[in-house]
Amino acid sequence: MIRMKPVDIVIVGFGWTGAIMGIELADTGLKILALERGAYRDTSPDFVYPHNADELAYGIRGELFQPLARETVTVRHAVSDTAVPYRQYGSFLFGNNVGGAGIHWNGQHYRPSPEDLEIHSHISKRYGQKFMPDDMQIQDYGVAYDELEPYLEQFEYLCGTSGTAGNLNGEIKPGGNPFEGARKKPYPNPAVADTYGAKLFADAARAVGYHPFPQPSDNASRPYTNPHGVRLGPCNLCGYCERFGCFMYSKASPQTTILPVLMRKPNFELRTHSHVTKINLDSSGKRATGVTYIDAQGQQVEQPADLVIVSAFQMHNVRLMLLSGIGTPYDPNTGKGVIGKNYAYQMMSSIGVFFDKDVAINPFIGGGAGGVQIVDDFNADHFDHGPHGFVGGAYIYGGQTGGRPIQQLIVPPGTPSWGAGWKKAAKDNYLHATTVATHGSVMSYRDRYLDLDPTYKDAFGLPLLRITFDWHDNEYKMSQFVTERAQEIVKQMNPKATSLTLRKPGDHYDIRQYQTTHTTGGVIQGASPDSSALNRFQQSWDVSNVFVTGASAFPQNLGYNPTGLIGGLTYMSVKAIRETYLKQPGPLVQA
Amino acid sequence: MSSKQPSSPSRRDFLRQSLVAVPAVSLMGTAAIAQTQSGTAATPAVAAGPKYTPRYFTAPEWDFLEAAVDRLIPSNEDGPGAVEAGVPEFLDRQMEAAYGHGGLWYMQGPFVPDSPPTLGYQLRYTPRELYRKGIAAIDDWCQKQHNQKFAALPADQRDAILHQLEKGEIKLDDVPTAAFFSQLLTNTKEGYFADPMYGGNKQMGAWKMIGFPGARADFADWVEQPGKVYPFGPVSIEGAKS
Repeated sequence: MIRMKPVDIVIVGFGWTGAIMGIELADTGLKILALERGAYRDTSPDFVYPHNADELAYGIRGELFQPLARETVTVRHAVSDTAVPYRQYGSFLFGNNVGGAGIHWNGQHYRPSPEDLEIHSHISKRYGQKFMPDDMQIQDYGVAYDELEPYLEQFEYLCGTSGTAGNLNGEIKPGGNPFEGARKKPYPNPAVADTYGAKLFADAARAVGYHPFPQPSDNASRPYTNPHGVRLGPCNLCGYCERFGCFMYSKASPQTTILPVLMRKPNFELRTHSHVTKINLDSSGKRATGVTYIDAQGQQVEQPADLVIVSAFQMHNVRLMLLSGIGTPYDPNTGKGVIGKNYAYQMMSSIGVFFDKDVAINPFIGGGAGGVQIVDDFNADHFDHGPHGFVGGAYIYGGQTGGRPIQQLIVPPGTPSWGAGWKKAAKDNYLHATTVATHGSVMSYRDRYLDLDPTYKDAFGLPLLRITFDWHDNEYKMSQFVTERAQEIVKQMNPKATSLTLRKPGDHYDIRQYQTTHTTGGVIQGASPDSSALNRFQQSWDVSNVFVTGASAFPQNLGYNPTGLIGGLTYMSVKAIRETYLKQPGPLVQA
Repeated sequence: MSSKQPSSPSRRDFLRQSLVAVPAVSLMGTAAIAQTQSGTAATPAVAAGPKYTPRYFTAPEWDFLEAAVDRLIPSNEDGPGAVEAGVPEFLDRQMEAAYGHGGLWYMQGPFVPDSPPTLGYQLRYTPRELYRKGIAAIDDWCQKQHNQKFAALPADQRDAILHQLEKGEIKLDDVPTAAFFSQLLTNTKEGYFADPMYGGNKQMGAWKMIGFPGARADFADWVEQPGKVYPFGPVSIEGAKS
């Protein structure tokens, strides 16, 4: 075992939240070390045109994704089942290398609705405790929207988010989302122009009586210089966004917003090819002494540190906590324990919308987030759930992010999957089809959780993380209801044909189909060590010099894309570290 | 068995002659000529350029692939078929890549192939192994059932067998046929639509057919003109234009 010189702060995983932690702590002058299992990556030379416009390499083979050959997860539907490995990419996509999933994401940048953060209190108050099924165990975040608002804004101004404000200091503004929480400042950039599919959707949604607005986008609509002095360029809607790096410096990522400044700080060091396998504890088990990692040569390295910030992807955070023995593992039989608790996902549906040949959709024109229109009338608690008997909701999305033909070509229902009929349908419909989709919440349940697999191992011989997950009735009901609203809009669009993907009771969670990479929970934040792993500042209740960032802190999943909330919670956490914790290390909230 | 004297060769000849006899064929160009050939795997449609020599697939496997992908995406007046688009070459080259060796997949056991399909691929085979075992098993089955290998069967019979494979209706030792078919169809469409530098989508024919502009990747001027037909043909990563 190699023993390195101690550092003040070690950051495990160098994606969005690791980079935010690094830059926000750099001015303390403390020695900060970030450990990243992958390689260094930057716009040039790694994402340059034309090599980036390669659907097979990036979109299908997953050049930017974590190699599953070395480490994956296992999946089962129920506590009594035996899990098997997620051997090929499907349902969700792990990022890899510096920047993490912040490289290959779409840039859909949402804030939570205020009630999302206090969902248990809110639902209890408005509908009564009995409105929630017995096995649903949703919880409040321990942070209210008004308190988080400055941090949500800070992340938007870092990213140069392009959008139209809907609620500015309580005043509802035309063209924005009238259901959003009040924002103190408008978006830093105006919305990206609509693609044609989005325009048709928004016109129809208005005609039906809903409130469409441009999707808040971290594909910049114009040149932008962020508060660190880092510059982004305008998005050209290239159609190679999600699953790809951005060759235009338009998509916000750690590389395009933080790293040019952070990498020059003398007290900051990044070590790539450094795979952390354990957070080390002292003999009391109450204090972390640093981490152990495996370097590029395969050697075990011990890295002492006073403060450990766990900033890997949601699932990797949970696994590292379990491998390190921090906090009590969750037990679905008793409902006790916290690590692995409340794993959740998102519930999607999708409608293919096919027009005649006089409607030129040009589906290849697309940003990952920009150029799409959203209806938020049926998300969160934006409508009265009383008559419908479910908790949560979904936003409805109109338009497309690109028309990459291997993955994104759609054909009308009844088309054979191959042969002359498939080919003719592909030819006739490609230019004239768009998509309307719903993007919905999933609540947390007693029998949905994460733990270590008893059988399958990674390349180092360590147990894989095991997912126990399937849909519950609440989510089928939610998806059915919001999809019907989406169908009303689609009908108004007057297409010649539509197709529908809707998950109905009896349909099991299918890991073969890409749904979202928005996996959540497992190291959740909350009000009490009995029910959560972290306090409201994302500090471990059990080991106070360990903080855990990212969507692993979400007590249940919301209908929005998670990154905006992840960024806001990280900024709130790092401010507490900088201004309170570092002055007097110890618990920021007394248990 | 009755298949000892199959009627298919004469039917094949009839089809070929009848199509060639149609005067319009000459006006329809290579697509129509390819269509006349697509009925016989022995003379697959071949695009211009030097003939590709497979590195991984054996001659019988190559015959099988040409005869199968020719039915999955047939050549006709709508656009190029998979054979003239170079899909077999794409498949062979993918077998030599990390992908073909299973290098992108988690391949540690134990393997539980009878897991629910919703839990995804659970076979022990890499793509190379799946193709090798699958093709051999299907050719054996065809030999037993029809006294000929798959590639020698007429188009309609190949179609019928592919449908059976897709539905898992043919039971073979070792290889679940639906999994094999799914792999073949997925890789065929990949090769048809991927950038031509991977060996398929010759002359960007599949992109031209549907109207995809390939690696142009710059539509800043076009998003402001919603509903207008995009006027430019595709470009490839290596700079080919059309």
